[in-house]
Amino acid sequence: MSRKVELVCPAGSLPALRAAVDNGADAVYMGFRDGTNARNFPGLNFDERAAREGIRYARERGRKVLLALNTYPQPQGWNIWTGAVDKAAELGVDALILADIGLMRYAHKTHPQLRLHLSVQGSATSHEAINLYREQFNIQRVVLPRVLSMAQVKRVMDNTDAEIEVFAFGSLCVMVEGRCYLSSYATGESPNTCGACSPAKAVEWRETSKGREVRLGGVLIDLYKPGEAAGYPVLCKGRYEVNGAVNYAIEEPTSLSVLDILPELVRMGISAIKVEGRQRSPAYVAQVTKVLREALDAAERSPDTYSPRSDWVAALDKVAEGSTHTLGALDRAWQ
Amino acid sequence: MKLALGPLLYFWSRDDVLAFYRQARDWPVDVVYLGEAVCSKRRGVRLEDWLAIADELTAAGKEVVLSTLALIEAESELLTLRRIVDNGRFAVEANDMGAVRLAAGKVPFVAGPHLNAYNCETLGLFRDLGATRWVMPVELSRDTLAAIQACRPAGLETEVFAFGRMPLAFSARCFTARHYNLPKDDCQLRCGDFSDGLVLNSQEGEQFLSMNGIQTQSAATCNLIGVVPELKELDVEVLRLSPQSRHMDKIVSAFRAVIDGTLTPQQGIAAMQGLTRGEPCNGYWYGSAGLAWLELGEVSEARALSGG
Repeated sequence: MSRKVELVCPAGSLPALRAAVDNGADAVYMGFRDGTNARNFPGLNFDERAAREGIRYARERGRKVLLALNTYPQPQGWNIWTGAVDKAAELGVDALILADIGLMRYAHKTHPQLRLHLSVQGSATSHEAINLYREQFNIQRVVLPRVLSMAQVKRVMDNTDAEIEVFAFGSLCVMVEGRCYLSSYATGESPNTCGACSPAKAVEWRETSKGREVRLGGVLIDLYKPGEAAGYPVLCKGRYEVNGAVNYAIEEPTSLSVLDILPELVRMGISAIKVEGRQRSPAYVAQVTKVLREALDAAERSPDTYSPRSDWVAALDKVAEGSTHTLGALDRAWQ
Repeated sequence: MKLALGPLLYFWSRDDVLAFYRQARDWPVDVVYLGEAVCSKRRGVRLEDWLAIADELTAAGKEVVLSTLALIEAESELLTLRRIVDNGRFAVEANDMGAVRLAAGKVPFVAGPHLNAYNCETLGLFRDLGATRWVMPVELSRDTLAAIQACRPAGLETEVFAFGRMPLAFSARCFTARHYNLPKDDCQLRCGDFSDGLVLNSQEGEQFLSMNGIQTQSAATCNLIGVVPELKELDVEVLRLSPQSRHMDKIVSAFRAVIDGTLTPQQGIAAMQGLTRGEPCNGYWYGSAGLAWLELGEVSEARALSGG
């Protein structure tokens, strides 16, 4: 039997952190309240006091706290990012989740005892890439971009001794993470530079005779008919016209869910599975954590007889983007 | 200041590729990047062919660099990557950290535009591993470039993407195949039908993005010809012009003329009229949305108003 798989859940706020811990997360991940992390949204994230409180709450219950510093600092803001690394070291988080190579170099040099994870935003899709980070900065764990099939994930694992973490549930980036500039192309702000994709301040809703328009940076990215459900407007999940056909030309609004393949992931020796959604509510975090805790326990206990319970699937679909789910790139057919 | 032809990002027929680089021998470009950077299924031109083209361009006095795939997923792609790195003659453009690892200490490399070099600490690592040049990510601004130029490590040249539809994203999914309801494993290489990409419009007919297989590009064409004097002032050594299917000779000549001072930037902009595949854009340079186009006069006015 492989070692236990860690369930890593999002904490966008203290209530969300408590919800994750109370519902069975083994680790939570959070960010500071600025552009140093990829969920830099108004009202979200942790100042120093909240971070201390969150770490205390998790530790008392035997859980880990990871801190995401996964945007790319430019020279003008370099000191803010290195300051965040120093602050995280001082707070005593269990690991830093980094994307920028320069920042990794700084963290590894300045705080050699600090455990480092490579963020999905680091965009390492092969064992060669992973092993570079490992050799240079002693990276302990890598979060894989959502572009690999199961066979490719396996191949990566066979060729590195870094721990591997994969996404288990949540909104799905269809582009390889860390190398997508679609958001800044329309708005001037991207996940890499500002920690935000399709930032709220660039979104405009307008009721028109044709329906409800949504624009991002002035570009019409979707048009909803009366009564049609509208989600958060993410650029890659809009409806566009290509060669006369109007549809979701890039990706439908949908969420990733690995419920169907949990036993395979456990058998492969995955170290951790991650839930997306620091921007979501504590209720979402509670619900998703609870379901995945039960499912993961079941998959580890009896992988051969495991099958996803219908109430799990229903509970997850209820909070999923577009109320539907996919295996994404893990399933070759999706590609 | 040197001019570079970036790697050809589209899937042209073998004949078209050979003809394109035959013409490029006589163009006033100093550096030519060769090879497939987008999709490993495109096998019309093989590594041996690229090496033959490389020899011809070298004989014509060009510096040749072999580009590597930006998104590496399959083991077969790593094998190709190793063959490119081990070519024994030409420098390599690393477009993925796996390529950096393979090139490190073995062959001089260019840190390509998809490596996410946003600061000098990152450039310092690349330089230590053997990089001789870096290409700025397309989303960075003039102000960031200025800050990086002030602290960049010695011995590292700076290259800026100055012309072409900009690569904005990569995916496991092929959007061209998806448009035709074809699975990626049976894509029938439909991207070959679109010599400059397949344009995606907003529902009100605004050209927005351009689908190039697994790569998503801007529909607008980046054009920094108007700011060549600023690029020179910032000690940028190389300007990258990304190939498009038509008028590339005229585009190269216009950039060369502005660099040499035989055309003013305004005249350069005028000379480019009607030559670009999409509408022109330069927003990233000014720290705005990438799709924006700011006229030279407009910019100085905006900066004066903001006190910049």
